[in-house]
Amino acid sequence: MRRRDFLKIGAAAGGGLLIGMHLPALARAEEASGLAAPFAPNAFVRVGTDDIITVIVNKSEMGQGVYTSLPMLVAEELEADWSKVRFEAAPVDPAYNHPVFGIQMTGGSTSTPSEWERFRKAGAAARIMLIAAAARQWNVDAQSLKAEKGFVVHVASNRRASFGSLAEAAATIEPPKDVPLKDPKDFKLIGKSTRRLDTPAKVDGSAQFGIDVKVPGMFTAVVARAPVFGGKVVSFNADQARRVPGVKDVVQVPSGVAVIANGFWPAKLGRDKLEIKWDHGANANLSSTAMRAEFSKLAQTPGLVAKKVGDPAKFLAGAAKTITAEFEVPYLAHATMEPLNCVVDLRADSCEIWTGTQFQTGDAAAAAAIAGLKSTQVKIHTTLLGGGFGRRANPANDFVAEAVHIAKAAKVPVKVVWTREDDMHGGYYRPMWYDRMVGGVDDKGNPVAWTHTIVGQSILAGTPFEQFLVKDGIDGTSVEGAADLLYGIPNVQVDLHTPKIGVPVLWWRSVGHSHNGFAVEAFFDELAHAGGKDPYELRRTLLANQPRMKGVLELVAQKANWGSRPPAGRGRGIATHFSFESYVAQVAEVSVSKAGDVRVHRVVCAVDCGRVINPDSVKAQMEGAIVFGLSAALKDAITFEGGRVQQRNFHDYQMLRMEESPEIEVHIVPSTESPTGVGEPGVPPVAPAVANAIFAATGKRVRRLPIGRVTV
Amino acid sequence: MINLKVNGKQVTADVDPGTPLLWVLRDALGLTGTKYGCGMAQCGACTVHLNGEAIRSCVKRVSDAAGKEITTIEGLSSDLSHPLQKAWIEIDVPQCGYCQSGQIMSAAVLLAEKAKPTDTDIDEAMSGNICRCGTYPRIRRAIHRAAELKANGRSAE
Repeated sequence: MRRRDFLKIGAAAGGGLLIGMHLPALARAEEASGLAAPFAPNAFVRVGTDDIITVIVNKSEMGQGVYTSLPMLVAEELEADWSKVRFEAAPVDPAYNHPVFGIQMTGGSTSTPSEWERFRKAGAAARIMLIAAAARQWNVDAQSLKAEKGFVVHVASNRRASFGSLAEAAATIEPPKDVPLKDPKDFKLIGKSTRRLDTPAKVDGSAQFGIDVKVPGMFTAVVARAPVFGGKVVSFNADQARRVPGVKDVVQVPSGVAVIANGFWPAKLGRDKLEIKWDHGANANLSSTAMRAEFSKLAQTPGLVAKKVGDPAKFLAGAAKTITAEFEVPYLAHATMEPLNCVVDLRADSCEIWTGTQFQTGDAAAAAAIAGLKSTQVKIHTTLLGGGFGRRANPANDFVAEAVHIAKAAKVPVKVVWTREDDMHGGYYRPMWYDRMVGGVDDKGNPVAWTHTIVGQSILAGTPFEQFLVKDGIDGTSVEGAADLLYGIPNVQVDLHTPKIGVPVLWWRSVGHSHNGFAVEAFFDELAHAGGKDPYELRRTLLANQPRMKGVLELVAQKANWGSRPPAGRGRGIATHFSFESYVAQVAEVSVSKAGDVRVHRVVCAVDCGRVINPDSVKAQMEGAIVFGLSAALKDAITFEGGRVQQRNFHDYQMLRMEESPEIEVHIVPSTESPTGVGEPGVPPVAPAVANAIFAATGKRVRRLPIGRVTV
Repeated sequence: MINLKVNGKQVTADVDPGTPLLWVLRDALGLTGTKYGCGMAQCGACTVHLNGEAIRSCVKRVSDAAGKEITTIEGLSSDLSHPLQKAWIEIDVPQCGYCQSGQIMSAAVLLAEKAKPTDTDIDEAMSGNICRCGTYPRIRRAIHRAAELKANGRSAE
């Protein structure tokens, strides 16, 4: 696929509603259901003659609640009976492309913001057509009818007809040209905490993730991949592997050698018996220590300027006091609980794929190219994702492409399963970053100048996104959360070095904000103290022109009792961050033991994400983001020695556990603004809030993640 | 052939006796509610009950499970009626949901042993189960809630 076909950034909002569009995939589903023809007014809604409303969701459910929030948008305008609403994963079709990114994908905390209008319109159009059908049947004016809880009602004659009973007639109605939406004050469902539609299947074992898929004649493949990124197979001996009972075949593919067996266990045993000679290639000497030294050296000189306001050099020189600090964060693995996997059934004229992906269009195109098929011959079934966090939105399509290669070579349907170790070693990490910050305050302690030099790999370089989002050598995701500093500091420079390193990198929940949030907010705290200011009060002062951020800051301070003395032995730290158009502030309450062990007792969070669809879901995302961010802040690092990743599994790449999980309180700022991102914005403030709390508790500054043990 | 008793039913599986129970459940018996997360008893996604005890099925040889009562998430209840399932739904615990079978199976043993578990009991019983989505605060609430539901159910009998 050519790049310009791949991505059309800034395309109009999806070309509207796709009224009247009947997808072949939906027609097949109708036949299979054995029901009379349902009413499918557009790509997103199907009204069954059994009164069941099926919302076809074009976003992947990876825990963020999108299989509930997008159906809520449809149900609100349709006036559906919520108990009759079901979800279904969309097939891959341009009708389901992201309205802004122009491909079918889930990411960037954009699912609700980008579909906010389209899904409501899909519901409203269906309602208008159902009402029109009833008007025709009863020979009354459509204006005299209303829809409520799954029925069309004629109040004057007390007649009622269920949506299902009108479905067939509605399918013959001309779709409306004008689809007005409700006044938000009339919302019945939007804004009310609503239980997730996918929960029941997730508590009885019936939820189907990619790894659970089984298709007729399927074998399981486990792959031996290069121990060093970019390594290649020179030769291999599979004699021992083939002798393992259950092993069917061993095939070489571009990524390594795949053992195919009648189940995971024999495939893994077979893989363990392979003897492979590798050419480790150019990355055989990768070392975190060496990279750190290189990054640190680069940080001492300014890079390409991403933002410049005023004259920072001059005002730093004239400042009453200046401070300098360097911050560093490591490579991070997404470590989704469900390791990567993909099922492929490849035939002469079709390629059917079952996987939990965030990146359908690209994956389908990659599969088509490998299979030698047209992309219309590739069918992707998006299963539930056992966590995504960005790892399953890979422009390199790694886990899908590899599975198609294996199916092609093995000539049987295969399920490729990555072991935890494979997943941990599989790359596409959050990049390692090194930040050097210099700040100056005047004689009253007010910040006058701020410079921030960022060093780290580009995520977008070499991807189809590069042409849109890398400008003048600056990857926008490298400087996000730094170049858009909200604080009113008069002289600011943010610059960037982008070293080229052979580690595959990718977006990781909150992307560039995941490191810039830490550096900016931890350094801000240092600068406040350098000027003798309370870090909360200084933030308030410098956010005078940022009412929404000031709003969450004040709310979190109030809820966390900022001015009061914390419980004995604890320190409080505060941080804010703006990302994915949402405003978040957090206060962490932390203690440090004599041995230096950090305990996060409580995190209070305030968020302004515009109008809220499902408040409980927003709270859940903030809670989850805080725990996710704490694992990174306290524990996680992917490091390299001799080109090899040093971590293997959850014993040496540790997650926060129940006993370490803090009490979390989330407060949502009521808002009538358009909805903004929710999945990611809760992550960036956690690490700096904790670092700042450690300073409050101990007087020690934390400038390197993971924090691990603090030297007290 | 290995004879197993899974969720009250006698089944046989034609597998190597050294195969971990997890893969027999998933690949041979089609019980995919039990999940693979780490393969080394670090994450708890594969938790099942063996004679009423929570075990990590990814490191349990299937031959060691023969002749014992194995319960998986599919066998916890047939109709979402277990107090933990009710509480999990009421509090909307799951996000991605992948770890939740294991979480619930660990919690079920806790609840069977302690009618009213404390936060410390929960920490002890649940810290072997990782949730990458960070649903711990809700799991904690849901276990307390399930204990209430269970107690109410008993007093109503």
